[in-house]
Formats: sequence, structure tokens, C-alpha cells
Amino acid sequence: MAQLRAPFPIIRMFLLFVLMSLSSQTAAQAIEVSDWPALEQQARGKTVYFNAWGGEPRINSYLNWAAELLEQRFDINLQHVKVADTAEAVSKIIAERQAGNDSNGSIDLLWINGENFAALKENKLLFGPWVEEQPNFGLVNADRFPEMREDFTVPTDGLESPWTRSQLVFYHDSQWLEEPPKTIEEILAWSTANPGEFTYPRPPAFLGSTFLKQAILELSDQDPALYAPVTDAEFERITTALWNYLDALHPTLLRGGRYFPNSAAELRRLMGDGETSLAMAFNPNEALLSVRTGELPASVRTYVLQGGTIGNVSFLAIPYNAQHKAAAMIAANFLLSTEAQARASDPNHMGSTTVISVEDLDADARLEFDNVTADLAAASQEALSHKLQEPHPSWTPALERAWIQRYSAR
Amino acid sequence: MLRWASHSLILLLAAPILLGTLIASLPAFGYFPPLGSTEFSLAAWRDLFEVPGLTRSVLISLISGVLTPLIALILVFLYLASATGSKLDLWIRRLVSPLLSFPHAAAAFGLAFLIAPSGLLSRILSPGLTGWERPPDLLIVNDTWGLSLLFGLIIKEVPFLLLMSLAALPQLQTKQRVEVARTLGYRPTVAWLKVIAPSLYPLIRLPVIAVIVFASATVDVALILGPTLPPTLSVRVLAWFNDADLNLRFLAAAGALLQLGTSMLAIAIWLVLEKLAAILWKFWLGTGNRDRGENLASAIGRSAMPAVLIVVAGSLLALLINAFAGVWRFPSAVPTDWTIQHWLNSLANLATPLFNTIVISVSSTLLALLLVIATLESERLSGNKKSTAIWLLYLPLLVPQLVFLFGFIVMTEFAGWQPNMSLVIFGHLLFVLPYVFLSFSEAYRQLDPRWSQVASTLGASQFKSFWRIRIPLLLAPCLTAVAIGMAISISLFLPTQLLGAGRITTITSEAVSLTSGASRNLISVWAIVQLSLPMLGFMAALFIPKLVWRNRRGMQETR
Amino acid sequence: MSDSVLKLNNVCISLDDKRLLEIDCSVGPGEILTVMGPSGSGKSSLLAYIAGFLAPAFTPSGSVLINGNDICALPAERRRIGLLFQDPLLFPHLSVGGNLRFAIAENTKDKKRLIQQGLVEIGLAGFDNRDSGTLSGGQASRVALLRLLLSSPSAVLLDEPFSKLDTQLRQEIRTLVFDKLRASGLPTILVTHDEADATAAGGEIHTLS
Repeated sequence: MAQLRAPFPIIRMFLLFVLMSLSSQTAAQAIEVSDWPALEQQARGKTVYFNAWGGEPRINSYLNWAAELLEQRFDINLQHVKVADTAEAVSKIIAERQAGNDSNGSIDLLWINGENFAALKENKLLFGPWVEEQPNFGLVNADRFPEMREDFTVPTDGLESPWTRSQLVFYHDSQWLEEPPKTIEEILAWSTANPGEFTYPRPPAFLGSTFLKQAILELSDQDPALYAPVTDAEFERITTALWNYLDALHPTLLRGGRYFPNSAAELRRLMGDGETSLAMAFNPNEALLSVRTGELPASVRTYVLQGGTIGNVSFLAIPYNAQHKAAAMIAANFLLSTEAQARASDPNHMGSTTVISVEDLDADARLEFDNVTADLAAASQEALSHKLQEPHPSWTPALERAWIQRYSAR
Repeated sequence: MLRWASHSLILLLAAPILLGTLIASLPAFGYFPPLGSTEFSLAAWRDLFEVPGLTRSVLISLISGVLTPLIALILVFLYLASATGSKLDLWIRRLVSPLLSFPHAAAAFGLAFLIAPSGLLSRILSPGLTGWERPPDLLIVNDTWGLSLLFGLIIKEVPFLLLMSLAALPQLQTKQRVEVARTLGYRPTVAWLKVIAPSLYPLIRLPVIAVIVFASATVDVALILGPTLPPTLSVRVLAWFNDADLNLRFLAAAGALLQLGTSMLAIAIWLVLEKLAAILWKFWLGTGNRDRGENLASAIGRSAMPAVLIVVAGSLLALLINAFAGVWRFPSAVPTDWTIQHWLNSLANLATPLFNTIVISVSSTLLALLLVIATLESERLSGNKKSTAIWLLYLPLLVPQLVFLFGFIVMTEFAGWQPNMSLVIFGHLLFVLPYVFLSFSEAYRQLDPRWSQVASTLGASQFKSFWRIRIPLLLAPCLTAVAIGMAISISLFLPTQLLGAGRITTITSEAVSLTSGASRNLISVWAIVQLSLPMLGFMAALFIPKLVWRNRRGMQETR
Repeated sequence: MSDSVLKLNNVCISLDDKRLLEIDCSVGPGEILTVMGPSGSGKSSLLAYIAGFLAPAFTPSGSVLINGNDICALPAERRRIGLLFQDPLLFPHLSVGGNLRFAIAENTKDKKRLIQQGLVEIGLAGFDNRDSGTLSGGQASRVALLRLLLSSPSAVLLDEPFSKLDTQLRQEIRTLVFDKLRASGLPTILVTHDEADATAAGGEIHTLS
């Protein structure tokens, strides 16, 4: 039972009453994570409220497909609750804990990583460990790819299951810009000489925050303090260079820095309309997917910055108070399956990067994944292998807050 | 029984608004048990005033709140003054109700796609007239001082104020008064402004105040057209409310109160302007001048409504083209190829929100209609004394949505209620009620009382007289009120968003949440679905009576 | 045929302390009492009072009796008092037959026959399915009269029902109305400012100041 912090006896009694009636409704079923067949049985007929970012229609359509299959095969009703920012879902879980709601949570499964995961883990708001019990977990070959067990330097401890990979890439329209800038400093130089051709999404949109992190990693030469929890002193020291950089950059941006786009999709639109000639994305396949749909002209090329760019894995987690944990686990396992991952990586569907170790699959299965390499608009695998690790999660909110403080009002 | 029903129900509806506003203010002063905080404190206010750009946010809200009704009212009055009775007027009157049903969000999207640097207008004019091969780097939509926002709001509110004015005009014997003035030598537009305007304004004061509140506190239109660095106050309050850091709840509550204060301040400024206008008018009426200003006023008036219509049509066109556009590079005026792919992509995602939207709008509107009819009938039976409780109906329009919905949420979280359909329907009911009442009450009250009297003398009971005579005779206005109610419900964003907590999605809530992520094409698809729904309602309101009364000459529209 | 008696006992109607009218009389079966007076003298409010629609602004006193029963306590629809207005006021959403049907009491048998018979008697045979909005002024007046009679009233009030008809039609309709009312033995009060109407009515004339 959670601590009740109501001072007045009557309110306390009322909350007690509410809690008792809630817990009697959902008699806590013992969840034995290693007994997978039992979990499948428990999951039948249940609904999984999957809170995931809803800003990308491709992902939404993919989840519709997944929902159909989960219904057919496991009798699970997957409901995609679209959130604009994962932080909203985090705040909901925290609020539910505060209200003493320990078994009737409104979220069953959550698409999450970074500082959001760190916040939930720290406050013990996640169910688990359960991840490594999944039949499909072996597919990611976590021994070879340690990033499957680590989230922005924080160990996952079996609390979240890998779902997709991402990496920051840049893309440019070669009809207006043939030789794009290859480092953060070069970007500033080029933008000063060609104002109005570039912009980045407004933090705290995660792409915008990622740009800040990329910039600060390069400007500080990957200062080790970035991989440790943030302190005020370190923050002051390291970010000076970043603010100087941005102060110089902003006036040269699109709209003179008086307006920042909201998302990766908007960046695509700006390039598609010819307003900008340089943009960025977190999905390495984004540009080529857009060229295929005609959103971007065929002259677009993707590339990675010289020193490497930030890459990460994003995961699926189950809140401690989820109502249908068994069903959530079944769903997560399904999304980790070869079938689901193959479809996800297919540019016709989601076009994301898989977390499965493709080389370990047999020849037939491997074929399902081989669909983008020859595309002109894609970055080479070699280039993509230059990855930078994400800084410690505590840096992200600090950077976001500081950016908002400095640049929200001019 | 009828009286009990209507009175207690009105109070039941006003209570959440009053209660919600009260409860929303508690966290602002430190009281929020879910976070363990129960002591009075002004910390939230200190934090609020340290927020960067707060002054600008408040200023923009204030400016929108005052300028929107001002400019919209001027345009509406000048239009009525110069074009009443003309052929143009007949057309406009027919178009007003459907225009009104164009949901805010869809209209805002369309406008954004029309006037943006890479928008429809720019593409039509380029490269021919402008020489642009790439879009100009101009901050039009989301501009820092909220001019696009103002523009969008004005375009939306002109039809509303026009409808309200048209509803009020019949009581004023407009034609006769203007004719008298003209026989005294006054030019027509000047005549109307001098003899009708001063009498008309008090009758539409309440709708004008509703416009002030809406313009100063809107969230959905501000999200689409308003500035972002910093955003309007309402947008910021919503962001604080949704923030992961629960401690921001205190800030959000303080912000909500500040928003309430800002809207009230806008109303206060307006009232001062009213007084000034009254003095000005008195002076003007006293000069005896009969034609100064006629030409200018008449020119603006005659072009006002067509201009608004052109902008709305342009917005609609922008949406339609984008929804079917394949590849469309700047600066071509039309897409290089057309496709229905965007529609196919959206079909699966549209199903649930569409279903929810229909269920919610039908339920809330029918409930509202029942309450309105009960209220009007009990008013009639008690001798036509306009009951004082009726102004309570307008409360949802006079308090910013954000403020009391916020309080409402806090209440439900505290009580542990899960977001569900009934909560959302109730929230919608609160907003649909005033509009259904506004649009139906005139027709109801104006119905020739002799019809009921004849029925009584023929021995019909109140029940029989009501259902067999009154309601059938009022079928057309009834259906129009239902269409308007449904249109309002369909266009609501905040109540669905907050009360449904993202679990219950409607076309509008989905469309607005797509603003930050999706392509123009997808947004257009959703916007078009959003605006077709009310249109269907209005077509039904237009054609069903024609169908039902096709053999009844006495029931055809007499106009 | 009815043989009711309508009695107005010291009926007084005032508006804001100003006495509008005073009347005390009795109308026998088939008799027509004519009430005349200039506009504003309260003629219509008298009828409103008897029928049960008097606006609250007026202060009435006295009683109205039908066959000795005080009807002032009854709601309008239970008073069984027929009323003909200046306009025929046929319900536009109902056909001629529909209008007539509306007037007939719930549990009457064979309404159709009653309606058809009635239509024949007023010279509009076969009109039962006609749209009431397509009738001429005279036809509408006749249907209004039939509708009133079909509701089996105990007394009838006429509020200047002929004033909107042209001269020739006026005489024709007037004759029809009076004949029917006399034949059915209903006590009638006619309000008018037309002398010819009063003469044709042939009963007592009460003039208001």
C-alpha cells in the first residue's frame, strides 16, 4: 500500500475506501515471468494500453497492423494511446502513484528511453525484471551489442525491452547544396554564409534535444563529464561553448531563429518545399522513405557527421501498476519477433532500424531485412557505424530547460 | 416537474464551471494534497513571474482578446449597414450557418496552408508575379506578435457575430427605422449606423463577450497559428499542466488564474471601449451630419463579407488540394500529380475517432436539446417570465475553458475516476448547451402562441399540444439547433483532450495533435473529415424539413 | 345538439388599476351575444379570460359558468370552449383531414365517417387529404368552423372572425357560421366592431366604452 499523505481523517478514509475497492476489483494475479505459456494464457482477452509517441503516421499504421495480429494470434487488444511527448506518460504514472493507484494504472506498455526511463527506474515505477525471459530476447544478441542492456549509460536491469534503433543523421538537398558541412563548427560557418537554409526542432522535441547533445559532444570533444550525472558546476563549464555557438547560429537560421519547427516531419516539409537545404532526422532511413513517397525530391542525400553522430536504442517498458502485465509482455515479445521487426524495417511500412542481429539469422530470414542498401538517398552502413554514445540522461532535461530559459522569449 | 427539471439541471451544469474554477485556483496557492502540499504559499506565483517572456504571452492574449471582437464587430456592422436587403445579402444569410460550422482547427489549418511562405497563395503568385524560385524566408504563420493568430480569429468570429446579429435584428423593425432616417435625408449606411447599431449592440453584447473570452484564451487556434517564442499564455499553461514534472502543477494553476485574470482584463478594457464608443456615438448622432463617411463605410462593408468568404474558400481549397496532392514542388501552383494515398493511409486511423466523434456529438447535442426544450417550455408555461437562471447557461462561454476544465481534472484525479466517454460527453454538453439554446430559443419563443391556444380550445392536453403541434411546427429550427450543437461538439478540442486523457480520441483531438508531427497532406485529410461532419448536419437540417413537408405549402420557408 | 347556458357573473377585467370592462349577462343555447367596442377596450381580453388564456398582467374578477359549473378553475384545454380567431389558423403541417381529426376526441369511433360527413355539409366533399396551405380564404374559414364543431364544445367564442374576408365572402361565411351555431344550440359570444356582423347575429348587443 502506498503512503497516503492526506491530513484530514475524512479524506484519508475516503482514499482508503477508494483504494480498497480498487484493489478488490483487480485481485493481483501472480505474475510468474519465467512461465511463458502461463503468461500467454493470462493475457487472453486483455487490453494493452500502449502509450507511444503518435507524431509519425508510419508508426501509427504499423501499430495498427501489430494490433490486428495480436488480436488474431493472442486474443490481445492492443490500443495505441498517442502521446505527444513520452514525458506526459511519465507524469501520469507519477500522478497515479501519488494518488495511491497501485494496480489500476492507465498505461500497460510504454515506448521509452533516456531521461524518461531513468526517472521511472529511479522512482521504482517499473515492473520487472522481465525482459530477458522473453523467448525472442535472444535475437538481439545482447552480448555482442551491449547497448541492448544500457539506456544512455544507465543499465536497463531487465526493466525495458529493446524495440528500435535510432541514429542522428543529416540530409541535404543536393540541388541547392552540393557539399554539406561535415562538423558542427562547419555548420555554423556555412549557415552564416548562407542564412535561412537550416534550422532544428525546438527543444524539448527529442530531435531538437538530440541536436543540442550532438553539438555539445562535438564542441567539448566528448568531455567525460557528459557521461556522468550532471552537476551545476560542470553544466556551467561545459555549456558556455554551446550557448556561444547557438547565439551565433540562431540569427542565421530559417526565420532568423524567431520560429523553430516542432518535429522531424516539419523539417522534412521545409526541405520538400525548398525552404531549407539541410535537415536532420533520427531515423537513418527517413530521407529515403520520403523520397520514395515523393515528399522529398530525388536530389536528397543522407550523411553522417565526420566524428560520428549520436545513436541509441529505444525500448518498451511496463509500469509497476499496469493492469495487464502479462498481455503487455506478450505484446512486447511479439514486437521483438523476426516477423514484426522485419516489417518495421521495411521502408514501405515503418522504415526503422531493427534491434535484431540480422547476421545471426538464417539466409531466408535475412532476406526480409535486406531492403534499403542500394538506395541513393541512404547513408552507407559504413558511415552509420560511426556512433557516439548518448550522454548521461540527467543532461537532457538540464539542457532542455536551459535552452527554453535562454531562447523562449526574445 | 418540468420546472424542477430545467432549473436544477441548469444549476447542475453551472456548478462544475464554478466549482472547477475554484478548485483550479487551489494549487495556485499551495494546496494540492496529491503532492502532499497543504500549506498556503505564494511560491507558485513567484515562479510564474520569473517565467521568461511572460509579459509578451499575456500581452498577445490580451491583444487578441480585444482586437478580435473589435475588428470583427466593425466588419459585421459595416456589412449589415451597407448590404442588408441586397442580393449579396441573401446569399450571405444562407451561408452563415454552414460557415459557422467550419471547425476552428480545420479553419486554422487551412488558413496556415493558404498564407504560409510556401502556401497556396505564394505558389499561385510564384514565380510569375514574385520571381520566387524558393519560398521567401518570411515569418507569417506563427509570427511573434500573433498577427496570423488575430487574422485567423477574426475570420472565424465574423460569421459568429453576424449570425448573432441576424438573430437579434428582427426585434428592431430595422427596415422601418432606416427608411424613416432616409426620409430625413441620411445616406443608407450612415442611417443604419446611427439608428440601428446603438440598439443592436446591447442585444449581442453577450456573444461579443464570449468572443473576447475565446480569443484571449484559445488553445487550438493558438497552437496552429500563434507565436511559439513565446507562445500565448493558454498554450503555456497547457504545456505546464502536461509536464512530466508534477511540481509544475502549481505553476500551471497560477498560470490558469493569470489567464482568467487576463480574459477578465480584456473584458474590462472592452467595457471601457464601450463607454467611449457610446460617447462618440452620441456626439456623432448630435452633429446631424448625414453623409460623411458613407462611401468609405459602404465600401468596406460591401467588401467585408465577400473578403471573409474568399479567405474561407481559399483555406478550404488549400485543404482540398493538399489532401489529394502527390508530388508538389514549389513554386508550381498545382500538384504535379494527384493521389488518394493519404486517404488510404488514414482510413484505419480514422475509424475510432470518427465513431467517437459521432457518438459524443449526437449524445451531447440531444441531451442539450432535451434540456433546452424543457427549459423553454417551462418558461412558457409559467407565463413567459424569462427565468434568471438562464444566464447561467452562458457561463461556459464566459470563463476560459482551460481554467475550469483544469479544475475539473484535478477533481477527477483526486476521486480516482478514469477518463471515460460519459465525462467527455458531459464536458461537451456544457459547451453545446449555450449554442443550442441561443439558436433555438428565438424560434421557440416567437412561435405564434395562438397555435397552442387553438389546440387547447380543441381540447388537446398540454402534452398533445406540445408533441403534435409545437414540435412539428418547429422542426426546421430544431434541426438547425441540432446541427449547430453537433458542429460545436465536433470542433471542441480541450474538453476531449483533458477529460478523455488521450484515451478517447475524436477527429479534432487527433487532428490538432497531428500539428506537430504530420505532413500537410495528412493534416488536410483530417481537417476535411473534421469539417465535413458539421456540413452533413446542416444539409440534413436543410433537407429533412423539405422532405417531410414536401406536400405542405404552409410549411415552406417564407422569406 | 347542445343546450348549454353560458353565464358571465359580474366579470370585471382590469389592467394596472384601470377597469377595462364590466359585464354581467347570460347566453342561452343557440343565442349569440355580440360585444362591441373600439380598439383597446378589452374585447379580446374578455375572450381570453373565458377561454383561459388571460395574460398575467390583467386582473380579472367575477366568474364564468357553463351550465352552472365554474370553469375558471379549469385549465384551458378542459373548458370545452371553441374559439375562432381572425385567421383560420389551420395547422399548416396537417392536411385538412388531419386538422379535423385533431379536434375529435380520442376514443370516438369512426372518425373518418365524421370527417367526411362534415366536409360534405360545408360543401368541401373530398377535401380530406388536401394540404391545408392550398385552401382559399373562404375554404379555410369553413374548415376552421368544422374543426371547432367537431371538438364538441359547450360554448363558442368568435374573435372578429370575418374581418379578414372580403365583403361578399364575409356575408357567405357569416351566414354559414351563425346558422351552424344556432342549429347546434351552442351559446356564442361574438366580438366585433362591424355593425353588420352585430345585426346578422341578431342577439343582445353589449357595447364597451
